[in-house]
This record gives sequence, C-alpha cells and structure tokens, in this order.
Amino acid sequence: MSIRFKTLAELKELLEKKEISSYELVKETFKNISSSKTNSFITLDEEAALNKARDFDEGKVDGDLAGIPIAQKDLFCTKNLRTTCGSKILENFIPPYDATVVDNLLAAGSICVGKTNMDEFAMGSSNETSYYGTVRNPWDLERVPGGSSGGSAAAVSEGLVCAATGTDTGGSIRQPAALCGITGIKPTYGRASRWGMIAFASSLDQAGAFARNAEDCALLLNHICSHDSKDSTSISEERENYLDNINNNLKGKKIGIIKEFDISSLNKEVQDSFEKSKKIFEALGANFVEVSMPNIKLSVPTYYVIAPAECSSNLSRFDGVKYGYRAKDVDNLEELYIKSRSEGFGDEVKRRILIGTYVLSAGFYDAYYKKAQQSRRMIKNDFVDALSEVDVIMSPSSPSSAFKIGSKTEDPIEMYLEDLFTISSNLAGVPAMSIPHGFSDGLPIGLQLIGNYLEESKILNFAHQYQKNSDWHFKTPNLGESS
Amino acid sequence: MSWETVIGLEVHAQLSTNTKLFSSASTKFGSEPNTQVDLVDLGLPGVLPVVNKDAFKKAIRFGLAIEAEINQESSFDRKNYFYPDLPKGYQITQMTKPIVEGGSIEIDVDGDKKTINITRAHLEEDAGKSIHDAYPDKSVIDLNRAGTPLLEIVSEPEISSAKEAVSYMKALHQLVTFLDVCDGDMSQGSLRCDANVSIRKVGDAELGTRTEIKNINSFRFIEKAINFEIKRQIKLLESGEKVTQETRLYDSGKDETRPMRSKEFANDYRYFPDPDLLPVVISDDEMEEIRSTFPELPADKSRRYISEFQIDESEAEIISSSRELSNFFEVAVESKSDPKLAANLIVGEIGSLLNKDNIKIDESKLSSDNFNILLQRISDGTISKKIAKTILAEIWETGRNADEIINDQGLVQIQDENLLEEVITKVIKSNTKQVEDYKNGKDKLFGFFVGQVMKETQGKANPKAVNDLLKKALNS
Repeated sequence: MSIRFKTLAELKELLEKKEISSYELVKETFKNISSSKTNSFITLDEEAALNKARDFDEGKVDGDLAGIPIAQKDLFCTKNLRTTCGSKILENFIPPYDATVVDNLLAAGSICVGKTNMDEFAMGSSNETSYYGTVRNPWDLERVPGGSSGGSAAAVSEGLVCAATGTDTGGSIRQPAALCGITGIKPTYGRASRWGMIAFASSLDQAGAFARNAEDCALLLNHICSHDSKDSTSISEERENYLDNINNNLKGKKIGIIKEFDISSLNKEVQDSFEKSKKIFEALGANFVEVSMPNIKLSVPTYYVIAPAECSSNLSRFDGVKYGYRAKDVDNLEELYIKSRSEGFGDEVKRRILIGTYVLSAGFYDAYYKKAQQSRRMIKNDFVDALSEVDVIMSPSSPSSAFKIGSKTEDPIEMYLEDLFTISSNLAGVPAMSIPHGFSDGLPIGLQLIGNYLEESKILNFAHQYQKNSDWHFKTPNLGESS
Repeated sequence: MSWETVIGLEVHAQLSTNTKLFSSASTKFGSEPNTQVDLVDLGLPGVLPVVNKDAFKKAIRFGLAIEAEINQESSFDRKNYFYPDLPKGYQITQMTKPIVEGGSIEIDVDGDKKTINITRAHLEEDAGKSIHDAYPDKSVIDLNRAGTPLLEIVSEPEISSAKEAVSYMKALHQLVTFLDVCDGDMSQGSLRCDANVSIRKVGDAELGTRTEIKNINSFRFIEKAINFEIKRQIKLLESGEKVTQETRLYDSGKDETRPMRSKEFANDYRYFPDPDLLPVVISDDEMEEIRSTFPELPADKSRRYISEFQIDESEAEIISSSRELSNFFEVAVESKSDPKLAANLIVGEIGSLLNKDNIKIDESKLSSDNFNILLQRISDGTISKKIAKTILAEIWETGRNADEIINDQGLVQIQDENLLEEVITKVIKSNTKQVEDYKNGKDKLFGFFVGQVMKETQGKANPKAVNDLLKKALNS
C-alpha cells in the first residue's frame, strides 16, 4: 500500500483498523526518504523510529498521534539526536534535552523520523542559507521550497511524512507552505512553548505545524500548543481543542482585505486565484470588508531591525567555548572567538548579526531599535483595530510562486520582500496560516488567513470550510521516477 | 592646596536564595566545579530564563528597609559582552527599570551620623569563574556561580573618605545580614564592592575624573584601596598630570591599585530589553506579604530588649547589632531563661570567647540548648555564676553537655546549711583577729570571710546562703 500523500487522519485510520502497522509505515517512510531528491532532511533517526514503531505495534503506545511518523524542524532540540539549526557551528551538537514541542508530540505517541533542513538559524526565505545544502521544491527541483522551514514543507509536500513541525519568525511556516502547496499554521505568539527552540528572534519566534490540510493542522496544534512554565512568555490560558469549531458555519462572518496590500501589482494568476478564493468564501456566506492598516507598510523595515537585534544577542552564545564548532590553531581568546564564529556562521547569519549589533550600538539605539519598537506597537494596534471589525484577515501568503534557486541570493532586499505579507502578523503576535489556493507558473501559491489573538480555532474553521469546497490541497507534485 | 574626596560605591550583594536567579540550580558555595549548573546556566541553545521570585522578595525587603521606592513593575535587560565565563554572551540585568530606586542608609563615623543616599538597587545574574592558575597552559571555567542572584546597590557619590566608605559597607553588611537578604560572607565574595573615587579642590563644584576600583572584598581592603587611590590621584594632580578614567584592580599583596587591561572595558554593552522575560509584576498582595514578614531591625530590637527584658542599654545594643547573637539571645529567652543573666553572659563571657576565636556564635561549640541548661542551673542555684564561667570555657573547648560537666567535676553548688555552717565555724575559729576587727566596725572584712568560705568550698558554696549564714554567725 502506498502511504505517500496520505493525510494524518487517513494514516491514523489505517493504523486503527490495523490495515498497516506502524513498523511498515516507518519502513516505507525511510524508503521514500532515501529515494527523495529534495534534500529535506539533515539527520535521520531510523533505528529509534523503528523501535518506537514496534512499541506501538505491540500496543505499548497510545495517544492522538500514536504510531505516526512525523518530522521535526532541525531547530527544535531533540534529546540525544543531533540538532544543527542548519548551521556548521552546531554540526556536532547533540542536545541533552527535548524541546517542549518535541516532548508534547512524543507524549502524543508520534514517532520522530528525523530533523528537517532549514535556512541557517532560520534566517532566510529560500532554504539556500543552510550549511547542509539547499532544499529543492518537490514541484520543481530547480526551485526553492521557501524558508526557513523549507525542509519540513518539502517533506510534507513530497509525501515523505504527513506532518512536520516548523517555526515562524517572519513567515517561515506560511511562505514555504505556500510555495510547496501544503497547509501550514503559526499560532499566537506564546501559545506554543519556545523552550528548546533554538532562538533566532525571541519576541517573534513561534512554533507551528505543516500538514496536508487544516484538519490535520488542528490535530497537531492540539499537541504543539501548551502552557509551559519553562517559557516566561508562554500563554497560561487553557488551550482549546482546535477540532471543536472546525465545522462552524461561515454564514455572516466577516473577512477583512487589507487596503494597503496592493494585490493589483502582483501577477495575474496570483490575482485571479485571490478573486476565486473570495468567491468560495462568499458562496459559504462570508462577507468581505476592506480594512485599513496604515502602518503595515512599516513591517519589513521594522522587522529587519528587531529580528537582527535580537539575533545578534541570541547568537552570542555560539562562541566555540562550551559546545559547537571551535576553530583550531588559535593563539588567544579573541582569536578563538573570531575564528570560530567566522568559520562557523554563514553569510546571511553574519549579515544579520552585523545589522543587529549596529542597531543596538550606543548612539544608534534610539534611531533604530527604539523607533522599530514604536512602529511595531503601531502595527500591532492596526491589527487590534482591524480584527475588532472582522473575523479574519485574508491576503496572499507570498508575492509569487517558488523562484529559481540562486535567483535572489545576490540581492538580500529582494529576498526580504518574500515575507512582505507574512511578517506583520509576527510583529503583532497574531495567529496566521497558509492554505493552497491555486497555481502560478504551474507552481502552487498560498492564501493567508490571519486571526485575532488566541483565535486559531477561527482561522482553522475558515481554512477547513474552504478546503471542503476546493481541491487545491489534494494536488500533489509529479515526482517523476521516484514516485 | 587642599583636596576633597568624592566616593560612590557599587556593592554587589549575593542574595541568599536557594536557587539561581533564572534556573533551579543550587547556589551553595564551595561545591565541586561545574556541579551546580543546569541547562539554563550552561546557556545551551534553546533554553530560557524563568525568574526566581524569591530574589525579588529579598530585593524588596532591602528596598523597604532603606525606605526606597519599590517598582512593582520592573524589567530585565541584556548586557552584551563576550567572556568565557559568561555562557550566553550576555548578562541579564535591570538597566532601565530596577526593582529598587532611592532610599538611604545612615552611617556612623566616630560617633557622627551621616546619611548616604542610594541611587538604585537592581537584580542581576552573576557570571561564572575563570581560573587561570590551575593548569600550566590553559584557563578553565567553573560555572557554579553563573546565574547566582546579585543585588547591585549603587550609592550616590556622597562618601567623602575611606573611613566613611568602610562605615557604609559595615552598615550595609549589618542590614543585609539582618534582613536575611545576603549571608554577608565577604571572604566568599557574597558581599563585594566597586569603588568610584575622584578628587577635587575644596570648593570646586565639578567632580574630578574618577577611577573605578573593582571587586574589593574586605573592610580592610576597602580602606586601603581607597586611601591608596586618593594619594595616587592627589600626587598626579599636584604634579600637573591628569587622572585617567579607567578601571583599576586592588592588589592586596602589594597594597596598590593598578589599571586593568583597557580592552576589558572598551565595551559597548548594547543594552536592550530581554525578549525572553516579560516585565515582572509584584502584586499588592505580594507586597503585603513581604511587609508582614519584615524582620525586626537592630534599633527596634534594642529598644524592645530594654523595655521587655529590662536589660542594660549597652548589652541590648551589642546583642541586637548581630543577627546571630540576637537569635541566640532570643532562643534563650523563649526557653524561659533569665533574660538579664543570658544577656550578661552573652555580652561578657561569651563575647570575649567569640572575640578570642574570631568566630560567630553559630560557628562555636556552644549550642542554644546547652546554653539554656547552663542558665537554668544558675537560676535554680545548682551552680554559681562564677562556676558557670568555668563550665562555659569547658563547653567552648569540647561542646560537652553542661549537666555532664557539672556532675563529672562535682561542681554542684553547696546549699546544705549545716555543711556551710561547719565551714563558717571553721573560718571564724581560724581567723579570730579578723573577727575581732570586724566586730569593732571594720565592715569591709565581710568580703574577706566570704572569700575564705569560698576557698574552703572550692567556689561551690551558694553565695547567698554564705552571705546570710556568715552575717548570722558574725553578728551573734
């Protein structure tokens, strides 16, 4: 039986009906991974995964996700399993502990098959900054899968796993989900614990999920999200069951379209898909309202001050002293620092550390960091205002479909604009997701749904109703010989 | 030309919490290197700090004691710099919104009172320790201390001499130990200070260029380091040179200060709010709880001892000035021992034994229980106060039970009137000359007879009984 492209719910049912064993499932998964050309994984854990599968088959494991193989983004610490964060500097780092998200998913019975490729320290929108090689988009191996969670998105898109974790600091779940034609969700900031997530920009980083559809995402979120006393920014309110409201009726619901996002400047296919998606929601009884978010245009510059500032400090711990890469043949402490970091970090990471160091420096702090904090507050207020008028906000997930590998690496600014539509929800901290809703140049594109604080249920409800009335999420890439 | 000195002190008090400021690792001193380090203290990728509220309670207690303003909402910032014993590459500290602002401390310099204002007191984590002399060709790191909570208490530049600086440190020391905020052990670095010292001409409005002497950890060194620095600066200025603003280290071996490598303070620390921590809010209820468990301070204790137990003012002051002594005294009084007797022995005999050994009462072999037994035996007449001193000396050496010593050495006081009368008769018989003189009005000789009786009984006679019986015998 081919398990490729099966959804999480379908695999659960197969396991429950004993039509397949978890062992077979895991075996098949590793077979598919070994023939994959996308470079989605950095580290695999076949032996441990097979052992867990056997445990499940022997009836020793239960839980919502019991026996299901999933992938973890290589930014989550996994006990005794190498965690590189896509960087050379952590090439040999084996964490002594599990991230809370990993812990939660293991507790639900899931099986971790390995760690997915990603942009180095999650800094990138194309997966080209990974020390472990670019991930290729399963829809076109010459194109990028998006980033930074490109490995997770590609692995799900290619049908290697039915679900994977991701993290989203400025769009790192939604943009690759869109470019790979799958569903991805980033919950409210603080809804999922950051304990064990290697920090990029602490005030923006948020864990989330990739799956083939919104319903699977809801099930995953039921485990990914939790209150965690080990994370001071974790939300203490009780988590909802995200499947509870997924079938709610959309009649009379209001969807906001952001006035300041100029859809007409995008290519025709993206525009057409957007219009078609509006029609689907209208047919379901929802109404469209234009909302004005005057400060949203400040999102990209604001983000590229705050995120580098935080990263410049967060990445100071990688100094070659305690763990990770240490340069050889150094004569003194300063040389140890300079060489270890110069050799251990890639260009994009260095670029952001330099920007961050600059904007926090004495004499520049007020002009950059403080200003950025102010504009962040203004952007956040725009969301609060807009979301008081509408149920959800809708926009394209990214300006275009997947671009060619290498086509934007020379121009960081153009690369940064990939996240034009996604960055603002990180700055505000609101939940957002991307669902497949059409094609441009023969490649998938995504629709973004943004919700109010802690209203993951609502965007999942919208997404699920949309998917019940469309078939974009059933589309799968043609894998040629390997399929 | 005459000069005046301006000193401001930054004191680091290590808070006596059980666990670290942002992790659950123990803060115990003196453990094997790197055994009190958890994931957070190691600065592993992915770890996050969680605030230890106990540290806040202690900081607030200190703030209340100096009548400062308590910021019920305070926040943490990151101070970024690279150093091997700083695992995260930044120190978490309170830069913009410290927990304590303002307040003052009264000091006593040779009997003159002076008030030193406090700028602020903020919470921060300590770094680990770099050890450079354990191996010939490498430096090693011990992270046991990394993450230990510190309260940095910053004074206004209102201290005008090394002597005042020492008084200020002593006052702070007494306060933090009394409040149970810090154990005050300077030799272990629990309380250490950085001194900012500058010189200016008397009458000048502007401050001179200052130098900062780092990490001084004894009262004696504070005085010596500052005095050295004052002399050095005056000498520079008088010879027409300038004082360079710099950080200096005090070398107690050579009794001098010298500049630290300039690289170590050429840092731009790039302070910014720590995004891993939300502002810490102390509720009104929590404030109330801290107020209600606020310990009694020395001055209040002293007043209470005098009014409640009628003990001497000087004794009350001595006992109340030390947390350990006052605890010891209060335990004795709670066990129904005679307060006056207890105070008398603590200040007198025990005080001199403590001074002799240069220890604190809880480091001695005298337990509260044993002290109580001793006090009871004096009160119930089993032993005399004089014998008690002998017994104390023995306990001091051996820690043996007071009753055991009394029994073994036959130190029970002689109360038996017949026995005492026998002795008295013997004394009267063998001192007929003195008896005659006494009867002829030489009252002073009464003491001589008491002494003789005591001598005959090896000091074990009950003095009151001896007095009564002697009077009766001599006046008959």
